[in-house]
Amino acid sequence: MHDRPMTMSQKILAQKAGLEQVEAGQLIEAELDLMLGNDITAAPAIVEFGRIGCGRVHDPGRIALVSDHFTPNKDIKAAEQAGIMRRFARDQRISHYWETGRGGIEHALLPEQGLITAGDCIIGADSHTCTYGALGAFATGVGSTDLACAMATGRTWFKVPSALKIELVGRLSGWVSGKDIVLHLIGKIGVDGARYRSLEFIGEGVGQLAMDERFTIANMGIEAGAKNAIFPVDERTREYLTLVGARTPQIFDADPDAAYDAVITLNLSQIPLTVAMPHLPSNTREAAQVCGMPIDQVVIGSCTNGHISDLRVAAAIMKEKKVAESVRCIVIPGTQRIYRQALREGLLDIFIEAGAVVSPPTCGPCLGGHMGVLGRGERAVSTTNRNFVGRMGHVESEVILAGPAVAAASAIAGAVATPEHIVSESPEREELFRP
Amino acid sequence: MNSMKNNTGIPHAAKTVQGRTHVYGDNIDTDVIIPARYLNTSDPRELAAHCLEDLDPEFINKIQPGDILVAGENFGCGSSREHAPIAIKAAGIACVIAASFARIFYRNAINIGLPILECPDAARALHSGDMVALDFETGEIRLIATAAEGGTTLPSNCIWKAQPFPLFIRDIIEAGGLVEATRRRLAQKRRSGV
Repeated sequence: MHDRPMTMSQKILAQKAGLEQVEAGQLIEAELDLMLGNDITAAPAIVEFGRIGCGRVHDPGRIALVSDHFTPNKDIKAAEQAGIMRRFARDQRISHYWETGRGGIEHALLPEQGLITAGDCIIGADSHTCTYGALGAFATGVGSTDLACAMATGRTWFKVPSALKIELVGRLSGWVSGKDIVLHLIGKIGVDGARYRSLEFIGEGVGQLAMDERFTIANMGIEAGAKNAIFPVDERTREYLTLVGARTPQIFDADPDAAYDAVITLNLSQIPLTVAMPHLPSNTREAAQVCGMPIDQVVIGSCTNGHISDLRVAAAIMKEKKVAESVRCIVIPGTQRIYRQALREGLLDIFIEAGAVVSPPTCGPCLGGHMGVLGRGERAVSTTNRNFVGRMGHVESEVILAGPAVAAASAIAGAVATPEHIVSESPEREELFRP
Repeated sequence: MNSMKNNTGIPHAAKTVQGRTHVYGDNIDTDVIIPARYLNTSDPRELAAHCLEDLDPEFINKIQPGDILVAGENFGCGSSREHAPIAIKAAGIACVIAASFARIFYRNAINIGLPILECPDAARALHSGDMVALDFETGEIRLIATAAEGGTTLPSNCIWKAQPFPLFIRDIIEAGGLVEATRRRLAQKRRSGV
């Protein structure tokens, strides 16, 4: 038994390092349950892996490679990078490899494929790897060289993080959802407010959050500088893990007397529809304050908000409406499975009828890659995760980050808008956020 | 590589360097260090040609090999792209001094052998064009000529000390980066038959 109280994240790290207990600041080496690369980060990792000279990866079953950033291949160089990853997967017999048309955006895809379970320790050569904390896993982003060495050894080193405790209380209402909560939090603590730390969510407010919303919140932990973001495992988590056929979960609760650097309480009933203005995710405003600002493009999708419930929210607002003449609206389901579900539910018809384009799953426009790059002076409302200078295209373009409700309403209005401008009432949360 | 023995663990051929500083602000993100439109390659020379271009289009023309990049808090925040430290290193920057680093960038810089020093006081005090001397053994950052005063008069408090690296990280650096450290460890494991 350990006698030093630990956070959720610390308990997972201690177990994976084979230690009874760990403390903040301690350097450990941990066994990894899964490691991830994509078509941008895998190619350099594969080159570095070659330099190690061990020939075979440590365990092909614990590696996941996903073609999602510049795919379907946007140009010749992107095609060649994707080819390096494809050949490596074949040569190393890595079965968790997803080709264009068979997978989707990595952080939407891996949970739905049942590859993540509670208690896992995961690294990914992508900063939004922290998404998987929604399922009670310790998951963090690294670079390509870290991925290369982990592929060779099955392990990596960590500095054990201290944590911020984010206590959620109160009930969400209306169109407010997970994205508003996380934007609000980042606005409060800043883009480095959780730097090197864990964000541990807890409290009676957690239970009402759908898994999709927890994914959205954990996903943007990195935008506050966090090493990882993590939710406790509850009935909803268990249901989700059973539904997707994940491995048996291992549940770690924070000790009641675990030390936190700070405790921040968020009353969900008081969080408004929130946006982040250019050029930092922490530059947040109440959406109502910036209504009327003209826009050129709306993007609904990404690893942050490309889930089925995000598409349901957008469709509920866009149903029988038309996208404003001055706006291009791009809807991107997160995975092929979500795409088909949206098709079955009639959501894609609603988007196409409204005058939006439905893209295959890709990270594409979020990082200014393809499928919706902005020109000089253009402004987008986007459900993605970053609004840095030049993020979605031209250095003089602007991105306003929002949840799916504000994004959809803005597409119809042709300017930043809240759903109240477009529809008279909001549907029941249970209807929009059902699994 | 074996000859490198330095307390602060900076993987650099030289134990000391002198260079002219280029100072930027807080929260310099990896999207402005190397915009994603160039991520269809990981060739260091190609990446270097676009280093920091969305922050300062003149950056790559301004710098000389051996210059020092100085920034405020949270340098390298955002994407995990290792292309960012690679672009900076390949552009010829000898060291990045910042008040603080985002954690993925910090790991990536150490892993690929881009020297970094965390020193809030130096980051706040330095101005673009200052000449500094860095001692990677002691972590000392010394101002040797200021841009503002024509390089003649120096303030008295012009020596700062960077945060030392933990021993574990120093080992990675002294091996010449994470790949070499891992390669050696695996070889050792094979030899001892474990």
